[in-house]
Amino acid sequence: MKAWEVRRPGLGIGGLLLRVDWVLVILLTLTTAVGFAMLYSAAGGNIRPWAGPHAMRFGVGLAVMLAVALIDIRFWLRCAYPIYAASLLLVIGVEFVGDVGMGAQRWLKIGPLSVQPSEIMKIALVLALARHFHKVDERDAGRWPMLLLALALIAAPALLVAQQPDLGTAAMIAVGGTALLFLGGVSWRIFALFGCGAGALVPTVWYRLKDYQRDRVLTFLDSERDLTGAGYHGFQSKIGIGSGGEFGKGYLEGTQSHLGFLPESHTDFIFTVISEEFGLAGGLFVLALYLAIMGYGFAIGFMARNDFARLLAFGVTFTFFLFVFANIAMVAGLIPVVGVPLPFISYGGTAMLTLQVGFGLVLSAKVYRDVEMEEETSGRPAGPGSIAAMR
Amino acid sequence: MAGVRSRTQLIRRRALLLGGVQIGMVGVLAGRLVQLQVLEGDRYSRRAEDNRTAERLLTPARGEILDRRGRPLAHNRETYRLLLVPERAGPIDAALDEISRIAVLNPAARERVRRTVLKQPGFEPVVVLDDISWEEMARLSLAIAERDGIFTSAAQRRIYPLGAAAAHTIGYVGRVSQKDLERSEEAALLRIPDFRIGKTGVERTQDATLRGAAGTRLVEITSTGRQRRELGRREGLAGETLHLTLDANLQTFAAGLFGAETGAAVLMDIRSGDLLAMVSSPSFDPGAFHDGIADRREWQALASHPLHPLSNRAVSGQYAPGSTFKVAVALAALEARVVSPDQRFFCNGVHELGTGKFHCWRRGGHGHVDLFKGLQQSCDVYFYEIAQRTGIDRIAAMARKLGFGEPTGIELPGERSGLVPTKAWKQKARNESWQVGETLIAGIGQGYVLATPLQLATMTARLANGGRAVLPRLLGGAGAPKLGIDRRHLNAVRTGLAAVTGSQRGTAWAARIQQAGFEMAGKTGTSQVRRISALERRLGVRKNEDLPREERDHALFVGYAPLKQPRYAAAVIVEHGGSGSKAAAPLARDLLLAAQKSGTIAS
Repeated sequence: MKAWEVRRPGLGIGGLLLRVDWVLVILLTLTTAVGFAMLYSAAGGNIRPWAGPHAMRFGVGLAVMLAVALIDIRFWLRCAYPIYAASLLLVIGVEFVGDVGMGAQRWLKIGPLSVQPSEIMKIALVLALARHFHKVDERDAGRWPMLLLALALIAAPALLVAQQPDLGTAAMIAVGGTALLFLGGVSWRIFALFGCGAGALVPTVWYRLKDYQRDRVLTFLDSERDLTGAGYHGFQSKIGIGSGGEFGKGYLEGTQSHLGFLPESHTDFIFTVISEEFGLAGGLFVLALYLAIMGYGFAIGFMARNDFARLLAFGVTFTFFLFVFANIAMVAGLIPVVGVPLPFISYGGTAMLTLQVGFGLVLSAKVYRDVEMEEETSGRPAGPGSIAAMR
Repeated sequence: MAGVRSRTQLIRRRALLLGGVQIGMVGVLAGRLVQLQVLEGDRYSRRAEDNRTAERLLTPARGEILDRRGRPLAHNRETYRLLLVPERAGPIDAALDEISRIAVLNPAARERVRRTVLKQPGFEPVVVLDDISWEEMARLSLAIAERDGIFTSAAQRRIYPLGAAAAHTIGYVGRVSQKDLERSEEAALLRIPDFRIGKTGVERTQDATLRGAAGTRLVEITSTGRQRRELGRREGLAGETLHLTLDANLQTFAAGLFGAETGAAVLMDIRSGDLLAMVSSPSFDPGAFHDGIADRREWQALASHPLHPLSNRAVSGQYAPGSTFKVAVALAALEARVVSPDQRFFCNGVHELGTGKFHCWRRGGHGHVDLFKGLQQSCDVYFYEIAQRTGIDRIAAMARKLGFGEPTGIELPGERSGLVPTKAWKQKARNESWQVGETLIAGIGQGYVLATPLQLATMTARLANGGRAVLPRLLGGAGAPKLGIDRRHLNAVRTGLAAVTGSQRGTAWAARIQQAGFEMAGKTGTSQVRRISALERRLGVRKNEDLPREERDHALFVGYAPLKQPRYAAAVIVEHGGSGSKAAAPLARDLLLAAQKSGTIAS
């Protein structure tokens, strides 16, 4: 350990701020600026009702993100399970007092705020699993008690959210959790086993789907099935993207979005607006922006000095990736229509705040890169010559 | 530490793997974008364009209808309307209250607006006040200048300067009905809300010429069909101007002759077949049907009126021609050479056929009667005699030559063919054989014989023009071939007709034209509406005036003028007018005199 790296208790706020990965913050801000511009367009060239609040929310979220970043990562390690537990309670709470929006119970009103506990859960689960796989022996990582506990951590929120029913979010929670299992060292064989099990479950899940969900899947499988009904949104979105061509129709000139053919152009379908108005160039620019953000998250994970920080950085980055992929794949007609927003661009507070907290944690991993995580390691000898479960 | 390091390695390795997967997935997204935007971009661009644009048709200006001297019979006038866009005008009641403070808004209009608002999308304008003057429009525009959702606009309205006087001939336009849509191939044009289609008269038969071609307007629309802006415009083609043969002055004059009487009058150029006037009474206001909704009630009232003001009696009224038909019978007899003009028959007031008795209108009889006297005094017995000698089929053949028994082909809807009975016809229609007595009845234009006023005028024209087969036309006549009737026979009949008005014993002496050089010739007719029984005849209930109006005889007169080188033919029928000489001949006289004085035909 180099001397300057262990001087962490004496750094002070200023010193800590200097260690924040500002490039990542700037990339996130840039993405939000793209969101601002597109929300301005989606409102027909108006700050209101979306662009202004979007910027304000980002500002508030930025403060929260920096606050989270400056808090010692060991605090987050200690709080990982309590935060998970609280989030789980909120998800359960939604079952009883949640507001129904778009045919599913997803919203919880706390005072003036409407929050989607399932969004918070995406990050809380990453925290909990990172905590779970922190400093475990690689032999233990593959063991059943370890594995079953991890599975329980994933399954509980995933099933609850699926019950709401919000399949998109449930799937994201499940996939995000599975990625953490993979990163945490669970054996390939177990993944293969579970893969087969999941395959066997497909008919059961299909049987339990609601009509509109089944419609969406069927529509997706046969995209011209019902262009005026369930397939309308997806098809109009494809028209929007496709008609943008290489360089788009120009800012504020998107006909699909401005003439009302595109539904939800300010939330889930905002990528279509980008693609329509700026064409392939605009879409690739946004993808590049996201890749850069992912790259930074990845780099922080790589440079981290302990498992918790690593898993946290990789996990948050992967969750972020899931948002991006699910949303764009949906609007581009690669997967069925699911309600997943485009990070930092779609209008909607909870998802943005959730990701900002998530990136706050990633930044915290960078800021507190050098701290020793002694409290969990004592008395646990590393197995000599043990072979990583991965092999 | 080896374990820790290897675990770190494991996590990093797996993170790299996962990162690789992520990059790959983002690559898939990029590939998908390339596929949609570059490879299939054109297809989606077309779809987007289809989504966004719609072609809206522009109503073409309807062609004008002018009379023979270029005076307007139907034209378009710019009128102004007050419209309201429900979604921008706010609560409908408040908006209507606001309008009623600055303009007169009757409860019916109010109710209509409220109903319309409920039926159509909120961005579709509703007409609140129609046909307001320019001054009113200017005043209202000022008053609502600051008000969103209420505005004034210009529209075309069809104007008929002659009004009711030419309503049956010119016709009128109205909203397109379901039937109109089924009849027409230009459904798109007809679906324009402002489009008006010819409903009857020339407006209907010449609709294709008058309507023109629709212009198009390419507009940008939203997903709900709201128009956002105009992208392009191609003006339509205005309808063609139609020149009719009618003379506006004579038409108005002819209509004025009827007063409260019902009937029809036709005035025709005997050489060309040009119709100079054609009226049917009672009439209606052709401008009243422009807007459908409120006018539907008015239309219903007209349609169910006992006097049938909507029907054009001149072409669709079928009457027994009465004694006017004697012209045809006389020509048939002469052409068949069964009688000569100076051959005499004795009229003692009744003609007996077997056990049947056929009375002359004059109970005492006319004594010795030749063709001249027969026509002059309209002796029925003379015509019973020559009809019997000629036979019904030869009479029918002559009647057809003169224009009876089939539509003339006039450019008007609803023309009837009348009826010229023959032996074959009766066998077919009634499955009975022809009786000689029926020939006698037909000989005086009663019984089965039916003719329209237009056919009567046609017959008169053909007689007066020397036997040329003119056809009555509103759009200008065509050549008229010779009918092949002996000129001497025509002259003989014409001499008789000249005496009808030209001699004191003639049936229309009282209605003669006294001005020298303008004299007319003609034939009176009285058409029985109701058969007078032998019992009534004995009881003396013979006088028309004693019968209820709807059972009284129709009065007819056909005539032409001037005597020398005739130019005009007229046919007049006054329904339930009584005798032709008293009720119909004076109208024909006035009409023929007016026509000659108007100099409407250059001679």
